[in-house]
Amino acid sequence: MSNEASMDITCQELVELVTDYSEGALSHEDRTRFEQHLVMCGGCKEYLREMRKTIAISRKLSDEDLPANVRDDLLALFRKWKAGSLR
Amino acid sequence: MSLVERHHRAMVRLAGAYVPSAVAEEVAQEAWIGVVKGLHKFEGRSSLKAWIFRILINCAQFRGLREARAVPFSALECDAQDRAVPEERFLDAEHPRWPGHWAKYPEPWSDQRLISNETLAMVANAMEGLPLTQREVMRLRDVEGWTSAEVCEALEISEANQRVLLHRARSKVRRAIEPYMSGGEAP
Repeated sequence: MSNEASMDITCQELVELVTDYSEGALSHEDRTRFEQHLVMCGGCKEYLREMRKTIAISRKLSDEDLPANVRDDLLALFRKWKAGSLR
Repeated sequence: MSLVERHHRAMVRLAGAYVPSAVAEEVAQEAWIGVVKGLHKFEGRSSLKAWIFRILINCAQFRGLREARAVPFSALECDAQDRAVPEERFLDAEHPRWPGHWAKYPEPWSDQRLISNETLAMVANAMEGLPLTQREVMRLRDVEGWTSAEVCEALEISEANQRVLLHRARSKVRRAIEPYMSGGEAP
């Protein structure tokens, strides 16, 4: 790792580091290299954006309300429990 | 009731990773019975949420169908299938100037498709196709919005394992929707 070029990360390496990066798990040096690469590379910048968009889309999968029948079943369950018949 | 409202859908979704979706609802209800019966034994050593989900996972596993919780070693090994981006998208290691760099940059994604129901269905579908442990981690982190600490606690895995699983899962889902998001036809 003596010459400067070998210290750089490639695009192929960067795509495997995006999660460690976003989770704050990279060492200080690796984080710096990662960010330096991003500044120079439109392809990786786009890639990181796409990963973030993927996460944002998956977040929308949780937007469901509790169906009324489930809610009623569970309420009945808790009532039974309170009345002591579940012990 | 708010506790139930907060967690029930997420429990059904997670149970769906272990049992057919037709019984996932039932497993979640069983788990709630376990919760109310065991509440007096809850010692506060973990968060209530993690404790509830441990009970859910136990119920789901008891319904059979899946092995013990530990992440099998093979789940953490890497093969070509687990690459975030296929090798051929990059210039090869022998390239005189740009080894390992994009052969062609990824195409920007359509903003319109970002919010379409079709895209949502494709993401749901891609997640269904993930190996169990990857699916669990991505559901809890990205769909349910849990912190990594909460996921590690509920699934009893290390932070490092959690990151590997999350990375594989997210990368595969991105790969699955990429052709469509960058302008291709819906499959």
